[in-house]
Amino acid sequence: MLRHICRRIVATIPVMAIVALFVFSLLYIAPGDPAAVIAGEQASPEDVEKIRKGLGLDRPFLSRFGEWSWHIVQGDLGTSMFTGLPVTELIRQRLEPTLSLMVVTLILAVSIAVPMGVIAAWKAGSWIDRGLMAFAVLGFSVPVFVVGYLLAYVFALELDWFPVQGYTPLSAGFWPWLENLVLPAIALGCVYIALIARITRASMLEVLQQDYIRTARSKGMGQSGILFVHALKNAAVPIVTVIGIGVALLIGGAVVTESVFAIPGLGRLTIDAIVRRDYPVIQGIVLLFSLVYVLVNLAVDVLYTLLDPRIRY
Amino acid sequence: MSAQSSTVASAAAVPRDVAVEPEMPDVLPPIKVRRGLAGFVYRHPTIAFGAALLIAMLSIAVLAPYLGTVDPTALSPAKRTRTPSAEFWFGTDMLGRDVYSRVMYGARVSLTVGFSVAILASLAGLAIGLVSGFVRWADGIIMRIMDGMMAIPSILLAVALMALTRASVSNVVTAITIAEFPRVARLVRGVVLSLREQPYVDAAVAAGTRSPMIILRHILPNTLAPMTVQATYICASAIIVEAILSFIGAGTPPNVPSWGNIMAEGRALWQVKPFIVFFPAAFLSLTVLAVNLLGDGLRDMLDPRMAKRL
Repeated sequence: MLRHICRRIVATIPVMAIVALFVFSLLYIAPGDPAAVIAGEQASPEDVEKIRKGLGLDRPFLSRFGEWSWHIVQGDLGTSMFTGLPVTELIRQRLEPTLSLMVVTLILAVSIAVPMGVIAAWKAGSWIDRGLMAFAVLGFSVPVFVVGYLLAYVFALELDWFPVQGYTPLSAGFWPWLENLVLPAIALGCVYIALIARITRASMLEVLQQDYIRTARSKGMGQSGILFVHALKNAAVPIVTVIGIGVALLIGGAVVTESVFAIPGLGRLTIDAIVRRDYPVIQGIVLLFSLVYVLVNLAVDVLYTLLDPRIRY
Repeated sequence: MSAQSSTVASAAAVPRDVAVEPEMPDVLPPIKVRRGLAGFVYRHPTIAFGAALLIAMLSIAVLAPYLGTVDPTALSPAKRTRTPSAEFWFGTDMLGRDVYSRVMYGARVSLTVGFSVAILASLAGLAIGLVSGFVRWADGIIMRIMDGMMAIPSILLAVALMALTRASVSNVVTAITIAEFPRVARLVRGVVLSLREQPYVDAAVAAGTRSPMIILRHILPNTLAPMTVQATYICASAIIVEAILSFIGAGTPPNVPSWGNIMAEGRALWQVKPFIVFFPAAFLSLTVLAVNLLGDGLRDMLDPRMAKRL
């Protein structure tokens, strides 16, 4: 077990190395001259040259990559071209809102989607099932910022139940913090809920046909016990997998959600960096989020062995 | 019914003492065989609905200049932020441009990006997946690279690419294609690996068929069905990613009206003039819904075993 976990942790190193190599080489393989693009239309040749030097584009690829990755291993993501501050510092300042949003969304989505999928599978073919699955298709189709604006319009502007925009740090109290995150979390969670609910339903349908479900029923076990204890436990592996994979959706969606709800997090940092074409910042954010994604999926992998003792490596 | 009444009619005509088939009640309802387009719509309502919606959007994109639109980039500062009316069906934005015209022309960008990315990502993924599934020594390296690329959330990968290139529709297509094709490659590789174990492939190998011929005749046709389904989902995802990129300012240039751009420009005013954001949002959602329904329908049609589950 421990050996397996160690092996999985080691296996993430090459993946992250390739992520780093890829993000780094984008500067070199991007069509045209990135330095000129970053400098903008009105830049003088001197400015372009300065940016080229700043990005290290005047030096050979390998020596530059070696130096850059050595810094990253030490936790130095470079300096922002616009503000001159270290990228790690910029990220640290913006981390809390994004992390809060993602954690709240994750908890909300899982606690809505899993029961939804279970009920849909239990009542397969009924109007509840059809309704829930129609909702799932809609959830996939309506982009996160559309849901965001719709929710903000109805629940914040018209009904005035929640604040329209903004973010209150957790240090200011739990309820004010949560109040600001409810609408963004629902908006961001829509796709995620759709994804998890569909997989939960599919996985549950398969399990509910098994013999041990009939046994449990014939020995007089209650419906909810069958569904949530016997069936859900055995249907858990695909569900947990998709929760892990779906984190990529959360990360991408967070950038947009923060923009809609004016949350000063990493998404806003990304958008500011795009407008200023501050590539070191974008690079740092991409690396950080990729690392988060890889680690979440590593945790999922480890969870498999806990959920399903039959899985042995 | 007609068969039954003829039996009754003939029963009256037969002489006495001759046994006649007794009249039976209708046990099974008559099976109505539907053929042609109506039959297809009846059997695959999701495909039909999705396709119809998508065709409507395509016609909007193609016919944009003839749908009573004006120049979508024409400014008229005197007529800023008008609410929807007979003159401006969807109102005007903060620069006085006609939102209806912009939304109609915006369909072009979204659909171009969606279809181009779906086709390009499928081709690239197919090529790499086939190589990976067939060339043993390359498999490990290629799949590690694909894993690395898939570890980067696709919107962020596209954002990073767009930060380094000039804003244009073709660059958006390239960026989203690079972010999406590893998924196709992985899918194709998986299908190829399972097909290689099939007896008919063994038989072809035993019969001395060359590898390119095996790929062409036995492997490729079997990858097409799952790939088509995947391509529709990629198309839907590409349309969303394009809108997101344009919305956050990393997508199509401001002079090209795309749904994401229109929403980005309406963002500052959305609390007072929500219609500027609402119309492009509705069209965007409907288009993605159409493509997703088409994908779901195709998946159920091409793999009926999965149909009852997902």
